[in-house]
Amino acid sequence: MDDTGKAYWSAVLGLLTKVLVIWFAVSFGAGILFADALNSIKLGGYPLGFWFAHQGSIYIFIGLIFYYAKAMNKLDRKFDVHE
Amino acid sequence: MDLQTMTYLVVGASFSLYIGIAIWARAGSTSEFYAAGGSVHPVVNGMATAADWMSAASFISMAGLISNMGYGGGLFLMGWTGGYVLLACLLAPYLRKFGKFTVPQFIGDRFYSKSASTVAVICLLTASITYIIGQMTGVGVAFSRFLGVSSSTGIYIGMGIVFAYAVFGGMKGITYTQFAQYIVLILAYTVPAIFISLQLTGNPIPQLGLGSNMVGTDLTLLQKLDQVVVDLGFGQYTTTTAGSTLNMFVYTMSLMIGTAGLPHVIMRFFTVPKVEDARYSAGWALVFIAILYTTAPAVAAMAKMNLIRTVTPGVVMQNTDPYAADSQIKFDERPDWMKRWEKTGLLKFEDKNGDGRIQYYNDKSKNDAFKAKAEGAGWKGNELTVNADIIVLANPEIALLPNWVIALVAAGGLAAALSTAAGLLMAISAAVSHDLVKGIFKPDISESGELMAGKISMAVAIVIAGYLGLNPPGFAAGTVALAFGIAGSSLFPAIMMGIFSKKMNKEGAIAGMLAGLTVTLIYVFAHKGIFFIKGTDFVGAIGGPNSFFGITPEAFGAIGAVVNFIVAFVVDKMTKEPPEHIQALVESVRIPRGSKAVDGAH
Repeated sequence: MDDTGKAYWSAVLGLLTKVLVIWFAVSFGAGILFADALNSIKLGGYPLGFWFAHQGSIYIFIGLIFYYAKAMNKLDRKFDVHE
Repeated sequence: MDLQTMTYLVVGASFSLYIGIAIWARAGSTSEFYAAGGSVHPVVNGMATAADWMSAASFISMAGLISNMGYGGGLFLMGWTGGYVLLACLLAPYLRKFGKFTVPQFIGDRFYSKSASTVAVICLLTASITYIIGQMTGVGVAFSRFLGVSSSTGIYIGMGIVFAYAVFGGMKGITYTQFAQYIVLILAYTVPAIFISLQLTGNPIPQLGLGSNMVGTDLTLLQKLDQVVVDLGFGQYTTTTAGSTLNMFVYTMSLMIGTAGLPHVIMRFFTVPKVEDARYSAGWALVFIAILYTTAPAVAAMAKMNLIRTVTPGVVMQNTDPYAADSQIKFDERPDWMKRWEKTGLLKFEDKNGDGRIQYYNDKSKNDAFKAKAEGAGWKGNELTVNADIIVLANPEIALLPNWVIALVAAGGLAAALSTAAGLLMAISAAVSHDLVKGIFKPDISESGELMAGKISMAVAIVIAGYLGLNPPGFAAGTVALAFGIAGSSLFPAIMMGIFSKKMNKEGAIAGMLAGLTVTLIYVFAHKGIFFIKGTDFVGAIGGPNSFFGITPEAFGAIGAVVNFIVAFVVDKMTKEPPEHIQALVESVRIPRGSKAVDGAH
């Protein structure tokens, strides 16, 4: 792989790490591991941990995918590897 | 108009709609079957993908299980949506760039070995057939209620219809039919939820209703529900986990990696026009899936509330003492919907203490204070058994909604079950006829011979799945979860390593897939019977139920995947590197430029 290719791939991996950290934090973190602690906070009529497990993580997943797609398009163009 | 006539009418109308669209769309779009989405708007394509993905497990079964499990049921919600993040970021764009049709083709080419592709076919078949068993269970429930027969008869009828539906061919492949199925299915799911949310909370949006106050009280719906279920000896709704926190963690992980490893889902992203589209289309699909998935927890909690309100009316609406002798309804005065479901055998009443009233509570409660109260009230055990798979279908009946809403839900359940079952059968037939027969055993097979092999494998798969569906290894969603575990432990790691590890060789990948699949199957079969045949379980041999740190067989896929990765890397280190051209191939897959139209040939 040439240098551009290497730089592109490491930028991609950096973006992936960012996305996956958030993905993990909202579902496995807020929705499961720390749900009990978060339940003492209320979001409307929802205990917060319960909300993350039953509602919140899903909304954030959608946001994540669109953010990722947009950021990838920018990377593709920056490194001139787009279709 | 009476309910039965109305149901026939609505179900009949929805079916003619699908068939009509199939015939209308067929003329101009035979090629669309293969290049789905080429000329279709991404939003329409997203809806079609959502219909393909949401099965009887999502529509019929999931909310019922959440209703019973409470907070812990969130594992289905997070697991089956979070997988799309993995799919969009880690797999879809790269598989699209690779430009082949099926998962075994990718694995066979990337790992330069026909054995690797054969192993992938075996993994695919095991996962898909398990998945269809779950669908058949759901189809049986839907048809039994719809036709007023037992659930076994429902399964036989369902087998016939699914077969006709899949063999009719193209039906499923045509994006516009699935678009229509999505509309029917999402209306059928949300309309009753809106009605019920209005009834209970005065808020028409179920997602907000679940977080609102109960009508006429200053308690939130969730607080009231917590209180009511605890009074009946169940665990608190908003905090009860699924087994343990560890089990819930790995269960969610299994469903996520299974979503990203299931061949019929991945296939949809092979055929979008560009790599960029593969990234966005996963997002759009998830938007349309989320409409159902964020409604489901409201359906679940409200159905539980309504069920308890039916049996003990005063406890929910006033603050009657649940243990008083006259707070439960008399069996003779039970509502009509109970009588209708009794016919299917999925709802049963047994008057254990002979008082003619229905006592519905958790008789396995470990809470001594509760047990004393139950005993004091003269309760001799729970008397009402409600199969979790009927909750969604019965929900509008329990809430006493108009007949057309009940009929709509029946149509939606059938749409969900049929579209996914047909999609899976297509994946199975493609794997057998294209990857196995043509690719390995008989490369010179004629086109009609290939088609015939595909149809025979579909028929065999339906018969096996139907037979096993008669004695299912669990509720529809539980069985489907097993399928996700199998896919997640075998195919997901192999695809991941194929993209992200340039040096992974064929020996490592094959050993990894076999190890992941075997470990998972042993754990699952030990609990559920060898190939899910009743009476062949050997749970004693692995040290008792859930012996691996309390992890349930449905959740074991994540452990299987870890085994897969470890075995693959160890074997990879001991064998020689993949050839130069394969390493170059991996590098080219990582870059979007130069993607070609998909070609299905080897």
